[in-house]
Amino acid sequence: MGGHLNTNHLMFLGQGALWTIGLSMIALIGGGIVGFVIALARISPLKSVRLASAVYVQLVQGTPLLVILFLGYFGLAAIGLQVSPLAAAGASLTLYVAAYLGEIWRGCIESVPKPQWEAAEGLALSRTQRMMKVILPQAIRIATPPTVGFMVQIIKNTSLASVVGFVELMRSGQIVNNSLFEPFAIYAIIAVVYFAMCYPLSLFSQRLERRMGRGRSNLAPA
Amino acid sequence: MSLQLDFPAVLERWPSFLAGAALTLELAAFATVLGALLGTLAAVGRGTHNALISGACKVYVEAIRNTPLLVQIFLVYFGLASLGLKLSAFTVAVAALTINVGAYTAEIMRAGFEAIPRGQIEAAEGLALSRLQIYWHIILLPAIEKVYPALTSQFVLLMLASSICSQISAEELTAVANYIQSDTYRAFETYIIVAVLYVILSLIMRAGFWGLGLVLFPRRRRLGTPL
Repeated sequence: MGGHLNTNHLMFLGQGALWTIGLSMIALIGGGIVGFVIALARISPLKSVRLASAVYVQLVQGTPLLVILFLGYFGLAAIGLQVSPLAAAGASLTLYVAAYLGEIWRGCIESVPKPQWEAAEGLALSRTQRMMKVILPQAIRIATPPTVGFMVQIIKNTSLASVVGFVELMRSGQIVNNSLFEPFAIYAIIAVVYFAMCYPLSLFSQRLERRMGRGRSNLAPA
Repeated sequence: MSLQLDFPAVLERWPSFLAGAALTLELAAFATVLGALLGTLAAVGRGTHNALISGACKVYVEAIRNTPLLVQIFLVYFGLASLGLKLSAFTVAVAALTINVGAYTAEIMRAGFEAIPRGQIEAAEGLALSRLQIYWHIILLPAIEKVYPALTSQFVLLMLASSICSQISAEELTAVANYIQSDTYRAFETYIIVAVLYVILSLIMRAGFWGLGLVLFPRRRRLGTPL
């Protein structure tokens, strides 16, 4: 115990911060891929697929990420599947993010004006063509601001990976605190680093949203 | 390796699970009420012409919304301790959750205030309503009515997030689960049960808010607009 925050500690925190970014990317990419499938499944013409994906979303959105993480790490270990903290955190975050992104993107796809769907159908485009060439290009525009906004949630949620022993920013802060025992100062530093990662994304998301709002108001009848 | 699940061995601890679930709901209830008040105040403060107050509210909202709850809980926990305040884990948990959800509520309420058409306020002024009456009847209540669905889903998220309070040993549902799994060595069954309990709790909360909405907004009920 004792001693002061030195360069080694800061290096360690920096490494943790890099892992926070790395884990966020894993969650975003993994969750994005699964979430895209969920979004499409939610509007599938097959009732069973719609129902199954809706149940998935409801279950995940009704469960805390912390419990999903415990399930993925301690739960799987207890039934004989040893997974590393990184694998457990990556998989849990992927499943969690997929449920939220899936719902966000479904909303975006459905908010593409109905006449666009009808026009595509009227031009005898197949379902895939209609989706890929007409609906998705417009949905992606609508989806960008909320997706960037959700990235803030992802970064913040990776802090929970610390409880299964994955050394990201939060965990590295706890480890440094164990040797210095200055919790308030160290957690304040950690908070500032998280803020520095999240706030630019929040601002960017707001700006995108405003820009889109302007675009829409230009189209509105005078 | 043979996979053997034994749910009854864990389920026989149901009194502990129930106690944990009750404490989770209690935490969520306290933080929801206090956070709604704090958030509404912050939203009002953000809209004032006093640059100091509105600046402070903005800093509060942005600082909370851009840092993880886990860090906030530790900061409140150790911050209060370093001030010499010895508070129970439950009090610290309520304080941290209130501060957290207050910031989100503030953003939602601000959106509600901004959605009130200017003409409504002018009409109220034209009818010689007092400032207080205008604020209450024309701005605050209709704003709450508009953002009610967003508010309630935020409060359900808050209930789920209260699981993080297990990290400062508040004895809520997740903490109970951690204890039971370390006692029974049946982590998988324990966390599955707890996940199901959380889903049930969130369904209960949603049903509760839906019923509350019917009582609170009779106009909406009469018009048949979905909440």
